[in-house]
Amino acid sequence: MTKITSLADLRRIKSDVEAKMSLRERSETPDSMVQIRVAMATCGIASGAKIVMDYMITELDKRSIPAVVTQTGCMGYCYAEPTIEVTRPGHQPLVFGYVDSKKADQIIEKYIKNGELLEGIIPVNYENIEGK
Amino acid sequence: MKDLALHILDILQNSVTAGATLIKLQIDEIPAEDKYLVKFIDNGKGMDEEMVQNVTDPFFTTRTTRKVGLGLPLLKQNAERTGGSLMIHSASGKGTEVEASFGFSHIDRLPTGDIAGTLALTVSSYPAIDFIYTHTTPHGTFKFDTLEIKEELAELPISNPQVIAFMKDLINDNLKEIKAS
Repeated sequence: MTKITSLADLRRIKSDVEAKMSLRERSETPDSMVQIRVAMATCGIASGAKIVMDYMITELDKRSIPAVVTQTGCMGYCYAEPTIEVTRPGHQPLVFGYVDSKKADQIIEKYIKNGELLEGIIPVNYENIEGK
Repeated sequence: MKDLALHILDILQNSVTAGATLIKLQIDEIPAEDKYLVKFIDNGKGMDEEMVQNVTDPFFTTRTTRKVGLGLPLLKQNAERTGGSLMIHSASGKGTEVEASFGFSHIDRLPTGDIAGTLALTVSSYPAIDFIYTHTTPHGTFKFDTLEIKEELAELPISNPQVIAFMKDLINDNLKEIKAS
């Protein structure tokens, strides 16, 4: 019989994660982490935002970059979906359009790691997503 | 939308936007009656009668960023073309219930897609909201309740990548167990 994942596995994962967590990470507030918001309204989902979000979560974890990846609504750039908003600690949020896994990889390697700007940035003319 | 899971991802957002604190998703597979039912129940702010009538109009939306709202109209279209329907019950201040029914054996019924991934992503994005997902097939019922997970996690955030991966495995394994289609 194959083994089914159960809540017992969660206990094991929890102790694993907590053991690995460094003091630095424990003390970290969300403000000092990279924050990524994936636009996930109908337009985003239909264009593949879920794949991008899955990719971001697994890759950032693999590359040991502490980050929070969450969903948000539509920013009105339906033509450029999937779009993501990346906020590096202490910087203004930047919105990238036409993001697929390849583009997401570049965003992690170039922008998130080194702060290099990339093509595909949507110029800012909004305060924040909710505010518009 | 390419599959049902993407529709679910989309419609769950409606409940989130409505300020719900508890969102239930029920999927019932009833091949004997040739039915595949997907039901969303939330305790959000609800809608008045006029709005309920308008929500399946593609040119109706509560958003100000754009002029169209396609989430529910697309779901309705996909349900109807399998001989099913979309029903919405709601009242201001009382929450909303959306039920999509599909013809189980209909050739146009969308593939189920990655329901586990959809739920894991939604649940982790909104830690303050509780989600209860029940999936019933002739082989059994699976219930996924975020309260149980959160109790177990205590301090650890539900958005932790390993926890997300765990939730995906948990749902996938159990859906396989009840032979979800």
